[in-house]
Amino acid sequence: MSVVSMAVTVEPAAAEQQPAGASLARWLRPALGLVLPVVLAAFWEFAVRMGWSNGRLVPPPSVIWNTFADLAASGELAQHALATLWRVACGFVLGVIAGTVAGAITGYSILTFRLLDPTLQGLRAVPSIAWVPLFILWFGIFEASKIILIAVGVFFPVYLGVMGAVLSVDRKIVEVGRVFRLSGFAMVRRILLPAVMPAYVISLRAGLGLGWMFVLAAEFLGASTGLGFLLIDGQQLGKPAQIVAAIVAFAILGKASDWLIVLVASPFLRWQDVVARR
Amino acid sequence: MLVLDRVGKTYPNRVHALDGISLEVALGEIVVVIGGSGCGKSTMLRAISGLDTPTQGKVVLDGTVITAPHEQIGMVFQEPRLLPWLCVADNVGFGLGHYPAEERTERVASALDRVGLSEKARMWPRELSGGQAQRVAIARALVPRPEVLLLDEPFSALDAFTRADLQDHLLDLWADAKPTLVMVTHDVEEAIVLADRIVVMRPHPGRIYEEIGCDLPRPRDRQSAAFDFVKRRVLAALDRSLERTVVTDDGETKAAAGGGMWW
Repeated sequence: MSVVSMAVTVEPAAAEQQPAGASLARWLRPALGLVLPVVLAAFWEFAVRMGWSNGRLVPPPSVIWNTFADLAASGELAQHALATLWRVACGFVLGVIAGTVAGAITGYSILTFRLLDPTLQGLRAVPSIAWVPLFILWFGIFEASKIILIAVGVFFPVYLGVMGAVLSVDRKIVEVGRVFRLSGFAMVRRILLPAVMPAYVISLRAGLGLGWMFVLAAEFLGASTGLGFLLIDGQQLGKPAQIVAAIVAFAILGKASDWLIVLVASPFLRWQDVVARR
Repeated sequence: MLVLDRVGKTYPNRVHALDGISLEVALGEIVVVIGGSGCGKSTMLRAISGLDTPTQGKVVLDGTVITAPHEQIGMVFQEPRLLPWLCVADNVGFGLGHYPAEERTERVASALDRVGLSEKARMWPRELSGGQAQRVAIARALVPRPEVLLLDEPFSALDAFTRADLQDHLLDLWADAKPTLVMVTHDVEEAIVLADRIVVMRPHPGRIYEEIGCDLPRPRDRQSAAFDFVKRRVLAALDRSLERTVVTDDGETKAAAGGGMWW
Protein backbone atom coordinates (compact mmCIF):
# COMPACT_ATOMS: atom_id res chain seq x y z
CA MET A 1 0.00 0.00 0.00
CA SER A 2 1.04 3.59 -0.43
CA VAL A 3 3.44 5.14 2.05
CA VAL A 4 2.69 8.69 1.03
CA SER A 5 1.94 10.76 4.08
CA MET A 6 -1.10 12.65 2.97
CA ALA A 7 -0.73 15.17 5.76
CA VAL A 8 2.44 16.53 4.18
CA THR A 9 1.17 16.67 0.62
CA VAL A 10 -0.29 20.06 -0.27
CA GLU A 11 -3.78 19.57 -1.66
CA PRO A 12 -5.16 22.08 -4.17
CA ALA A 13 -8.53 23.70 -3.45
CA ALA A 14 -11.43 21.34 -4.09
CA ALA A 15 -12.05 21.30 -7.80
CA GLU A 16 -13.85 24.36 -9.12
CA GLN A 17 -15.21 26.03 -6.01
CA GLN A 18 -18.41 27.63 -7.21
CA PRO A 19 -18.99 31.18 -5.98
CA ALA A 20 -22.07 31.73 -3.82
CA GLY A 21 -25.30 31.90 -5.80
CA ALA A 22 -23.75 30.13 -8.75
CA SER A 23 -26.78 27.93 -9.39
CA LEU A 24 -28.91 31.02 -9.89
CA ALA A 25 -26.30 32.61 -12.13
CA ARG A 26 -26.22 29.68 -14.55
CA TRP A 27 -29.42 30.56 -16.38
CA LEU A 28 -29.07 34.24 -15.66
CA ARG A 29 -25.74 34.51 -17.47
CA PRO A 30 -27.05 34.19 -21.05
CA ALA A 31 -29.94 36.47 -20.07
CA LEU A 32 -27.41 39.16 -19.14
CA GLY A 33 -26.37 39.23 -22.81
CA LEU A 34 -29.87 40.28 -23.79
CA VAL A 35 -30.03 43.23 -21.41
CA LEU A 36 -28.23 45.71 -23.67
CA PRO A 37 -30.18 45.08 -26.91
CA VAL A 38 -33.50 44.96 -25.06
CA VAL A 39 -32.79 48.21 -23.23
CA LEU A 40 -31.71 49.96 -26.43
CA ALA A 41 -34.75 48.67 -28.32
CA ALA A 42 -37.10 49.73 -25.53
CA PHE A 43 -35.52 53.17 -25.43
CA TRP A 44 -35.88 53.60 -29.20
CA GLU A 45 -39.52 52.50 -29.16
CA PHE A 46 -40.16 54.97 -26.41
CA ALA A 47 -38.36 57.77 -28.30
CA VAL A 48 -40.43 57.24 -31.45
CA ARG A 49 -43.69 57.06 -29.44
CA MET A 50 -42.79 60.35 -27.76
CA GLY A 51 -42.23 61.94 -31.14
CA TRP A 52 -38.51 62.65 -30.63
CA SER A 53 -37.85 60.93 -33.97
CA ASN A 54 -40.21 60.22 -36.84
CA GLY A 55 -38.96 56.66 -36.95
CA ARG A 56 -38.86 56.53 -40.73
CA LEU A 57 -35.17 56.10 -41.37
CA VAL A 58 -34.56 54.12 -38.20
CA PRO A 59 -37.79 52.22 -37.62
CA PRO A 60 -38.80 51.46 -34.04
CA PRO A 61 -38.90 47.85 -32.83
CA SER A 62 -42.68 47.63 -33.23
CA VAL A 63 -42.49 48.39 -36.94
CA ILE A 64 -39.63 45.97 -37.41
CA TRP A 65 -41.59 43.31 -35.58
CA ASN A 66 -44.57 43.88 -37.89
CA THR A 67 -42.30 43.58 -40.93
CA PHE A 68 -41.01 40.30 -39.57
CA ALA A 69 -44.52 39.05 -38.99
CA ASP A 70 -45.60 39.97 -42.52
CA LEU A 71 -42.58 38.28 -44.06
CA ALA A 72 -43.11 35.20 -41.94
CA ALA A 73 -46.77 35.01 -42.84
CA SER A 74 -46.10 35.23 -46.57
CA GLY A 75 -43.43 32.55 -46.26
CA GLU A 76 -40.80 34.92 -47.64
CA LEU A 77 -38.84 35.01 -44.40
CA ALA A 78 -38.39 31.26 -44.37
CA GLN A 79 -37.56 31.19 -48.07
CA HIS A 80 -34.88 33.86 -47.91
CA ALA A 81 -33.43 32.78 -44.59
CA LEU A 82 -33.11 29.20 -45.78
CA ALA A 83 -31.51 30.28 -49.06
CA THR A 84 -28.85 32.24 -47.18
CA LEU A 85 -28.38 29.53 -44.58
CA TRP A 86 -27.91 26.91 -47.26
CA ARG A 87 -25.23 28.96 -49.01
CA VAL A 88 -23.38 29.65 -45.80
CA ALA A 89 -23.53 25.99 -44.76
CA CYS A 90 -22.19 24.69 -48.09
CA GLY A 91 -19.49 27.32 -48.31
CA PHE A 92 -18.54 26.71 -44.69
CA VAL A 93 -18.10 22.97 -45.14
CA LEU A 94 -16.00 23.42 -48.27
CA GLY A 95 -13.87 26.16 -46.76
CA VAL A 96 -13.30 24.23 -43.53
CA ILE A 97 -12.19 21.07 -45.32
CA ALA A 98 -9.81 22.96 -47.60
CA GLY A 99 -8.50 25.17 -44.80
CA THR A 100 -7.96 22.27 -42.39
CA VAL A 101 -6.07 20.17 -44.90
CA ALA A 102 -3.94 23.08 -46.13
CA GLY A 103 -3.22 24.32 -42.62
CA ALA A 104 -2.33 20.87 -41.31
CA ILE A 105 0.09 20.17 -44.16
CA THR A 106 1.82 23.55 -44.08
CA GLY A 107 2.05 23.36 -40.30
CA TYR A 108 3.59 19.91 -40.36
CA SER A 109 5.93 20.15 -43.36
CA ILE A 110 8.28 23.07 -43.67
CA LEU A 111 8.80 22.49 -47.39
CA THR A 112 5.09 22.73 -48.09
CA PHE A 113 4.95 25.83 -45.94
CA ARG A 114 7.66 27.54 -47.95
CA LEU A 115 5.99 26.53 -51.20
CA LEU A 116 2.38 27.35 -50.42
CA ASP A 117 2.16 29.96 -47.72
CA PRO A 118 3.46 33.04 -49.58
CA THR A 119 0.90 32.52 -52.34
CA LEU A 120 -1.92 31.89 -49.90
CA GLN A 121 -1.05 34.97 -47.85
CA GLY A 122 -1.12 37.02 -51.04
CA LEU A 123 -4.54 35.68 -51.94
CA ARG A 124 -5.75 36.37 -48.42
CA ALA A 125 -5.06 40.04 -48.90
CA VAL A 126 -7.57 40.29 -51.75
CA PRO A 127 -10.83 41.84 -50.46
CA SER A 128 -13.97 39.76 -50.82
CA ILE A 129 -15.79 42.03 -53.24
CA ALA A 130 -12.90 41.78 -55.68
CA TRP A 131 -13.55 38.06 -56.18
CA VAL A 132 -17.21 38.53 -57.12
CA PRO A 133 -16.85 39.60 -60.77
CA LEU A 134 -14.26 36.88 -61.39
CA PHE A 135 -16.35 34.12 -59.86
CA ILE A 136 -19.45 35.26 -61.73
CA LEU A 137 -17.44 35.03 -64.91
CA TRP A 138 -16.05 31.60 -64.04
CA PHE A 139 -18.97 29.98 -62.24
CA GLY A 140 -22.05 31.90 -63.41
CA ILE A 141 -24.56 33.91 -61.46
CA PHE A 142 -26.32 31.07 -59.67
CA GLU A 143 -25.43 29.16 -56.54
CA ALA A 144 -21.95 27.86 -57.43
CA SER A 145 -20.23 31.23 -57.54
CA LYS A 146 -21.81 32.30 -54.25
CA ILE A 147 -20.88 29.12 -52.42
CA ILE A 148 -17.31 29.24 -53.69
CA LEU A 149 -17.02 32.87 -52.63
CA ILE A 150 -18.14 31.93 -49.12
CA ALA A 151 -15.74 28.99 -49.11
CA VAL A 152 -12.88 31.36 -49.96
CA GLY A 153 -13.89 33.57 -47.07
CA VAL A 154 -14.01 30.67 -44.63
CA PHE A 155 -10.79 29.12 -45.89
CA PHE A 156 -8.31 31.74 -44.73
CA PRO A 157 -9.06 32.00 -41.00
CA VAL A 158 -9.29 28.21 -40.76
CA TYR A 159 -6.02 27.78 -42.66
CA LEU A 160 -4.18 30.30 -40.50
CA GLY A 161 -5.65 28.90 -37.32
CA VAL A 162 -4.81 25.28 -38.06
CA MET A 163 -1.31 26.12 -39.27
CA GLY A 164 -0.59 28.27 -36.26
CA ALA A 165 -1.96 25.64 -33.91
CA VAL A 166 0.11 22.82 -35.43
CA LEU A 167 3.26 24.95 -35.32
CA SER A 168 2.77 25.83 -31.67
CA VAL A 169 2.09 22.36 -30.27
CA ASP A 170 4.21 22.03 -27.15
CA ARG A 171 7.44 20.17 -27.98
CA LYS A 172 7.47 18.73 -24.47
CA ILE A 173 4.17 16.98 -25.04
CA VAL A 174 5.34 15.72 -28.43
CA GLU A 175 8.37 14.21 -26.66
CA VAL A 176 6.05 12.28 -24.38
CA GLY A 177 4.54 10.81 -27.55
CA ARG A 178 8.02 9.96 -28.81
CA VAL A 179 9.01 8.31 -25.54
CA PHE A 180 5.94 6.08 -25.89
CA ARG A 181 6.99 5.35 -29.48
CA LEU A 182 3.82 6.59 -31.16
CA SER A 183 3.72 6.03 -34.93
CA GLY A 184 3.18 9.04 -37.20
CA PHE A 185 -0.55 8.45 -37.44
CA ALA A 186 -0.93 7.72 -33.73
CA MET A 187 1.05 10.87 -32.92
CA VAL A 188 -1.38 12.96 -34.97
CA ARG A 189 -4.49 11.26 -33.59
CA ARG A 190 -3.52 11.04 -29.92
CA ILE A 191 -1.41 14.15 -29.44
CA LEU A 192 -1.49 16.70 -32.27
CA LEU A 193 -5.23 16.67 -32.91
CA PRO A 194 -6.35 17.11 -29.29
CA ALA A 195 -3.60 19.68 -28.74
CA VAL A 196 -4.78 21.90 -31.60
CA MET A 197 -8.49 21.53 -30.82
CA PRO A 198 -9.01 24.78 -28.87
CA ALA A 199 -7.30 26.93 -31.50
CA TYR A 200 -9.13 24.99 -34.21
CA VAL A 201 -12.53 25.76 -32.74
CA ILE A 202 -11.65 29.45 -32.55
CA SER A 203 -10.58 29.40 -36.20
CA LEU A 204 -13.86 27.70 -37.14
CA ARG A 205 -15.82 30.45 -35.44
CA ALA A 206 -13.74 33.12 -37.17
CA GLY A 207 -14.28 31.35 -40.50
CA LEU A 208 -18.01 31.19 -39.92
CA GLY A 209 -18.09 34.90 -39.16
CA LEU A 210 -16.36 35.65 -42.43
CA GLY A 211 -18.68 33.26 -44.20
CA TRP A 212 -21.65 35.36 -43.12
CA MET A 213 -19.90 38.49 -44.40
CA PHE A 214 -19.08 36.89 -47.73
CA VAL A 215 -22.64 35.63 -48.28
CA LEU A 216 -23.76 39.23 -48.15
CA ALA A 217 -21.22 40.24 -50.77
CA ALA A 218 -22.38 37.36 -52.94
CA GLU A 219 -26.06 38.18 -52.58
CA PHE A 220 -25.58 41.87 -53.24
CA LEU A 221 -24.61 41.15 -56.79
CA GLY A 222 -26.92 38.82 -58.62
CA ALA A 223 -29.28 37.11 -56.23
CA SER A 224 -33.05 36.74 -56.27
CA THR A 225 -33.32 35.02 -52.93
CA GLY A 226 -31.64 35.35 -49.59
CA LEU A 227 -31.42 37.83 -46.76
CA GLY A 228 -28.90 39.93 -48.69
CA PHE A 229 -31.38 40.16 -51.54
CA LEU A 230 -34.05 41.17 -49.04
CA LEU A 231 -31.76 43.92 -47.84
CA ILE A 232 -31.07 45.34 -51.29
CA ASP A 233 -34.75 44.93 -52.20
CA GLY A 234 -35.66 46.96 -49.15
CA GLN A 235 -33.27 49.70 -50.23
CA GLN A 236 -34.55 49.79 -53.80
CA LEU A 237 -38.20 49.84 -52.78
CA GLY A 238 -37.64 52.41 -50.04
CA LYS A 239 -38.54 50.07 -47.18
CA PRO A 240 -36.11 50.79 -44.36
CA ALA A 241 -38.00 48.44 -42.04
CA GLN A 242 -37.22 45.57 -44.39
CA ILE A 243 -33.54 46.53 -44.40
CA VAL A 244 -33.38 46.53 -40.64
CA ALA A 245 -35.38 43.31 -40.47
CA ALA A 246 -32.88 41.65 -42.80
CA ILE A 247 -29.99 42.92 -40.67
CA VAL A 248 -31.63 41.63 -37.51
CA ALA A 249 -32.19 38.26 -39.18
CA PHE A 250 -28.49 38.16 -40.11
CA ALA A 251 -27.51 38.94 -36.56
CA ILE A 252 -29.78 36.28 -35.09
CA LEU A 253 -28.78 33.55 -37.53
CA GLY A 254 -25.11 34.44 -37.31
CA LYS A 255 -25.14 34.35 -33.51
CA ALA A 256 -27.13 31.12 -33.48
CA SER A 257 -24.72 29.37 -35.83
CA ASP A 258 -21.73 30.51 -33.77
CA TRP A 259 -23.43 29.30 -30.61
CA LEU A 260 -24.00 25.95 -32.32
CA ILE A 261 -20.26 25.53 -32.91
CA VAL A 262 -19.51 26.38 -29.30
CA LEU A 263 -22.13 23.91 -28.12
CA VAL A 264 -20.88 21.06 -30.27
CA ALA A 265 -17.25 21.72 -29.38
CA SER A 266 -17.62 22.22 -25.65
CA PRO A 267 -17.50 18.52 -24.58
CA PHE A 268 -14.17 18.28 -26.38
CA LEU A 269 -12.77 21.29 -24.55
CA ARG A 270 -13.78 20.68 -20.95
CA TRP A 271 -10.18 19.93 -20.06
CA GLN A 272 -8.93 23.45 -20.72
CA ASP A 273 -7.17 25.32 -17.97
CA VAL A 274 -8.80 28.72 -18.35
CA VAL A 275 -8.67 31.80 -16.19
CA ALA A 276 -12.45 31.92 -15.74
CA ARG A 277 -15.32 29.91 -17.19
CA ARG A 278 -17.20 32.18 -19.62
CA MET B 1 22.47 -4.52 -18.43
CA LEU B 2 22.71 -0.96 -19.67
CA VAL B 3 26.05 -0.01 -21.17
CA LEU B 4 27.25 3.36 -22.36
CA ASP B 5 30.23 2.81 -24.63
CA ARG B 6 32.31 5.98 -25.06
CA VAL B 7 29.19 8.04 -25.71
CA GLY B 8 29.83 11.53 -27.00
CA LYS B 9 27.54 14.28 -28.24
CA THR B 10 28.53 17.30 -30.27
CA TYR B 11 25.74 19.59 -31.34
CA PRO B 12 25.53 21.10 -34.85
CA ASN B 13 26.57 24.45 -33.39
CA ARG B 14 29.81 22.70 -32.38
CA VAL B 15 29.05 22.64 -28.68
CA HIS B 16 30.82 19.57 -27.32
CA ALA B 17 28.35 18.47 -24.68
CA LEU B 18 29.54 14.95 -23.88
CA ASP B 19 32.87 13.25 -24.29
CA GLY B 20 33.74 9.61 -23.92
CA ILE B 21 31.11 8.60 -21.35
CA SER B 22 31.52 4.95 -20.43
CA LEU B 23 29.25 3.49 -17.83
CA GLU B 24 27.83 0.09 -16.97
CA VAL B 25 24.62 -0.15 -15.02
CA ALA B 26 23.54 -3.52 -13.70
CA LEU B 27 19.93 -4.68 -13.73
CA GLY B 28 18.00 -3.25 -10.83
CA GLU B 29 20.72 -0.82 -9.84
CA ILE B 30 19.97 2.78 -8.91
CA VAL B 31 22.48 5.18 -10.40
CA VAL B 32 22.22 8.89 -9.70
CA VAL B 33 24.12 11.36 -11.83
CA ILE B 34 25.08 14.67 -10.34
CA GLY B 35 27.27 17.49 -11.59
CA GLY B 36 27.69 21.20 -12.22
CA SER B 37 25.53 22.90 -14.83
CA GLY B 38 26.66 22.26 -18.36
CA CYS B 39 28.14 18.90 -17.48
CA GLY B 40 25.90 17.15 -19.95
CA LYS B 41 23.90 15.02 -17.51
CA SER B 42 20.57 15.71 -19.22
CA THR B 43 22.20 15.19 -22.61
CA MET B 44 23.44 11.83 -21.42
CA LEU B 45 19.99 10.87 -20.19
CA ARG B 46 18.38 11.86 -23.46
CA ALA B 47 20.96 9.78 -25.33
CA ILE B 48 20.08 6.75 -23.18
CA SER B 49 16.37 7.33 -23.76
CA GLY B 50 16.79 7.44 -27.53
CA LEU B 51 15.29 10.92 -27.83
CA ASP B 52 18.67 12.17 -29.05
CA THR B 53 21.34 10.04 -30.69
CA PRO B 54 24.99 10.25 -29.66
CA THR B 55 27.43 11.55 -32.26
CA GLN B 56 30.13 9.20 -30.97
CA GLY B 57 29.90 5.86 -29.23
CA LYS B 58 26.69 3.97 -28.49
CA VAL B 59 24.19 3.07 -25.83
CA VAL B 60 23.45 -0.64 -25.50
CA LEU B 61 20.63 -2.25 -23.53
CA ASP B 62 20.84 -6.04 -23.20
CA GLY B 63 22.77 -6.24 -26.44
CA THR B 64 20.50 -3.92 -28.44
CA VAL B 65 21.88 -0.59 -29.58
CA ILE B 66 19.54 2.25 -28.65
CA THR B 67 18.89 4.70 -31.48
CA ALA B 68 15.28 5.60 -30.79
CA PRO B 69 12.90 5.39 -27.82
CA HIS B 70 12.67 1.79 -26.67
CA GLU B 71 9.88 -0.25 -25.19
CA GLN B 72 11.94 -1.15 -22.13
CA ILE B 73 13.06 2.39 -21.36
CA GLY B 74 10.67 4.74 -19.63
CA MET B 75 11.26 8.40 -18.83
CA VAL B 76 10.11 10.95 -16.30
CA PHE B 77 10.87 14.60 -17.04
CA GLN B 78 11.36 17.61 -14.82
CA GLU B 79 7.84 18.79 -15.59
CA PRO B 80 5.07 16.20 -15.24
CA ARG B 81 4.11 16.68 -18.93
CA LEU B 82 0.66 15.21 -18.47
CA LEU B 83 -1.63 15.40 -21.48
CA PRO B 84 -4.09 18.09 -20.47
CA TRP B 85 -7.00 16.67 -22.47
CA LEU B 86 -6.92 13.29 -20.74
CA CYS B 87 -8.07 12.60 -17.20
CA VAL B 88 -5.56 11.22 -14.71
CA ALA B 89 -6.49 7.58 -15.34
CA ASP B 90 -6.18 7.97 -19.11
CA ASN B 91 -2.82 9.66 -18.67
CA VAL B 92 -1.53 6.79 -16.57
CA GLY B 93 -2.74 4.30 -19.15
CA PHE B 94 -1.30 6.24 -22.09
CA GLY B 95 1.52 3.81 -22.75
CA LEU B 96 -0.82 0.82 -22.76
CA GLY B 97 -2.78 1.84 -25.84
CA HIS B 98 -2.34 -1.51 -27.53
CA TYR B 99 -3.31 -3.59 -24.50
CA PRO B 100 -6.80 -5.11 -24.09
CA ALA B 101 -9.11 -2.74 -22.23
CA GLU B 102 -9.57 -4.96 -19.19
CA GLU B 103 -5.89 -5.38 -18.47
CA ARG B 104 -5.32 -1.70 -19.03
CA THR B 105 -8.01 -0.65 -16.55
CA GLU B 106 -6.74 -3.09 -13.99
CA ARG B 107 -3.10 -1.99 -14.30
CA VAL B 108 -4.04 1.69 -14.21
CA ALA B 109 -6.20 1.20 -11.13
CA SER B 110 -3.46 -0.63 -9.28
CA ALA B 111 -0.84 1.96 -10.30
CA LEU B 112 -3.04 4.83 -9.11
CA ASP B 113 -3.62 3.01 -5.87
CA ARG B 114 0.13 2.54 -5.51
CA VAL B 115 0.78 6.27 -5.82
CA GLY B 116 -2.15 7.13 -3.56
CA LEU B 117 -4.24 8.94 -6.18
CA SER B 118 -7.16 6.56 -6.72
CA GLU B 119 -9.75 9.19 -5.82
CA LYS B 120 -8.30 11.51 -8.44
CA ALA B 121 -8.63 9.04 -11.30
CA ARG B 122 -11.24 11.03 -13.23
CA MET B 123 -9.84 14.49 -12.55
CA TRP B 124 -8.15 16.73 -15.09
CA PRO B 125 -4.39 17.37 -14.85
CA ARG B 126 -5.06 21.06 -14.31
CA GLU B 127 -6.72 20.18 -11.00
CA LEU B 128 -3.62 18.50 -9.54
CA SER B 129 -0.85 20.01 -7.46
CA GLY B 130 2.76 19.78 -8.67
CA GLY B 131 3.57 16.80 -6.47
CA GLN B 132 0.42 14.94 -7.47
CA ALA B 133 1.06 15.56 -11.14
CA GLN B 134 4.59 14.25 -10.84
CA ARG B 135 3.30 11.13 -9.07
CA VAL B 136 0.94 10.58 -12.00
CA ALA B 137 3.86 11.02 -14.39
CA ILE B 138 5.89 8.40 -12.51
CA ALA B 139 2.91 6.03 -12.48
CA ARG B 140 2.51 6.57 -16.21
CA ALA B 141 6.15 5.71 -16.83
CA LEU B 142 6.09 2.61 -14.62
CA VAL B 143 2.79 1.11 -15.72
CA PRO B 144 4.24 -0.52 -18.89
CA ARG B 145 6.82 -2.15 -16.55
CA PRO B 146 9.96 -1.02 -18.35
CA GLU B 147 13.31 -2.53 -17.54
CA VAL B 148 14.94 0.88 -17.21
CA LEU B 149 13.45 4.10 -15.85
CA LEU B 150 15.17 7.39 -16.56
CA LEU B 151 14.41 10.43 -14.43
CA ASP B 152 15.60 13.89 -15.42
CA GLU B 153 15.57 16.04 -12.25
CA PRO B 154 12.04 14.86 -11.53
CA PHE B 155 11.65 16.59 -8.18
CA SER B 156 13.56 19.83 -8.75
CA ALA B 157 10.40 21.84 -9.38
CA LEU B 158 8.87 20.81 -6.04
CA ASP B 159 9.21 22.14 -2.52
CA ALA B 160 11.48 20.40 -0.01
CA PHE B 161 8.72 18.54 1.84
CA THR B 162 7.11 17.15 -1.29
CA ARG B 163 10.52 16.27 -2.64
CA ALA B 164 11.44 14.17 0.42
CA ASP B 165 8.02 12.55 0.24
CA LEU B 166 8.38 11.61 -3.39
CA GLN B 167 11.92 10.30 -2.89
CA ASP B 168 10.61 7.79 -0.34
CA HIS B 169 7.71 7.07 -2.63
CA LEU B 170 9.98 6.38 -5.58
CA LEU B 171 12.00 3.89 -3.56
CA ASP B 172 8.81 2.20 -2.53
CA LEU B 173 7.65 1.94 -6.13
CA TRP B 174 11.07 0.77 -7.22
CA ALA B 175 10.91 -2.09 -4.71
CA ASP B 176 7.92 -3.56 -6.60
CA ALA B 177 9.61 -4.59 -9.83
CA LYS B 178 13.16 -3.31 -9.20
CA PRO B 179 13.70 -1.62 -12.58
CA THR B 180 17.08 -0.10 -13.29
CA LEU B 181 16.93 3.57 -12.32
CA VAL B 182 19.14 6.23 -13.84
CA MET B 183 18.39 9.59 -12.36
CA VAL B 184 19.80 13.06 -12.80
CA THR B 185 19.62 15.53 -9.96
CA HIS B 186 21.39 18.52 -8.51
CA ASP B 187 20.32 17.76 -4.96
CA VAL B 188 23.13 15.95 -3.17
CA GLU B 189 20.93 14.63 -0.38
CA GLU B 190 18.46 13.25 -2.86
CA ALA B 191 21.31 11.45 -4.61
CA ILE B 192 22.48 9.82 -1.39
CA VAL B 193 18.99 8.85 -0.26
CA LEU B 194 18.32 7.03 -3.50
CA ALA B 195 21.55 5.81 -5.09
CA ASP B 196 23.48 2.58 -5.08
CA ARG B 197 26.07 4.51 -7.02
CA ILE B 198 26.61 8.23 -7.45
CA VAL B 199 28.25 9.36 -10.66
CA VAL B 200 29.82 12.80 -10.46
CA MET B 201 30.21 14.51 -13.81
CA ARG B 202 32.29 17.50 -14.73
CA PRO B 203 31.47 20.09 -17.41
CA HIS B 204 33.16 21.46 -20.53
CA PRO B 205 33.02 18.91 -22.07
CA GLY B 206 30.81 16.57 -20.04
CA ARG B 207 32.82 13.67 -18.61
CA ILE B 208 32.52 11.31 -15.69
CA TYR B 209 34.72 12.61 -12.91
CA GLU B 210 34.22 10.16 -10.09
CA GLU B 211 31.94 7.32 -9.05
CA ILE B 212 31.02 7.00 -5.40
CA GLY B 213 29.35 3.85 -4.18
CA CYS B 214 26.76 3.98 -1.44
CA ASP B 215 25.71 0.74 0.18
CA LEU B 216 23.97 2.09 3.26
CA PRO B 217 20.96 0.03 4.19
CA ARG B 218 17.61 1.43 3.14
CA PRO B 219 15.63 3.32 4.35
CA ARG B 220 18.44 5.79 4.80
CA ASP B 221 18.51 8.18 7.72
CA ARG B 222 19.31 11.69 6.50
CA GLN B 223 20.62 12.62 9.95
CA SER B 224 23.02 9.69 10.44
CA ALA B 225 26.78 10.05 10.52
CA ALA B 226 27.23 7.56 7.70
CA PHE B 227 24.92 9.63 5.52
CA ASP B 228 26.84 12.75 6.38
CA PHE B 229 30.10 11.05 5.51
CA VAL B 230 28.93 10.12 2.04
CA LYS B 231 27.56 13.61 1.63
CA ARG B 232 30.93 15.17 2.38
CA ARG B 233 32.60 12.83 -0.08
CA VAL B 234 30.16 13.79 -2.80
CA LEU B 235 30.40 17.52 -2.11
CA ALA B 236 34.19 17.33 -2.13
CA ALA B 237 34.14 15.46 -5.41
CA LEU B 238 31.81 18.09 -6.86
CA ASP B 239 34.03 20.92 -5.74
CA ARG B 240 37.09 19.23 -7.16
CA SER B 241 35.29 18.54 -10.41
CA LEU B 242 34.52 22.24 -10.71
CA GLU B 243 37.97 23.13 -9.42
CA ARG B 244 36.51 25.12 -6.57
CA THR B 245 38.83 25.50 -3.61
CA VAL B 246 38.93 27.45 -0.38
CA VAL B 247 41.89 28.49 1.71
CA THR B 248 41.42 27.55 5.36
CA ASP B 249 42.61 29.54 8.38
CA ASP B 250 45.74 27.40 8.55
CA GLY B 251 46.64 28.46 5.05
CA GLU B 252 46.01 25.11 3.38
CA THR B 253 43.99 24.91 0.19
CA LYS B 254 41.21 22.42 0.15
CA ALA B 255 38.03 21.70 -1.72
CA ALA B 256 35.14 23.79 -0.45
CA ALA B 257 32.66 21.35 1.07
CA GLY B 258 29.67 23.67 0.87
CA GLY B 259 26.09 23.19 1.99
CA GLY B 260 23.40 21.05 0.45
CA MET B 261 22.54 23.52 -2.35
CA TRP B 262 25.89 24.03 -3.95
CA TRP B 263 25.20 24.93 -7.54
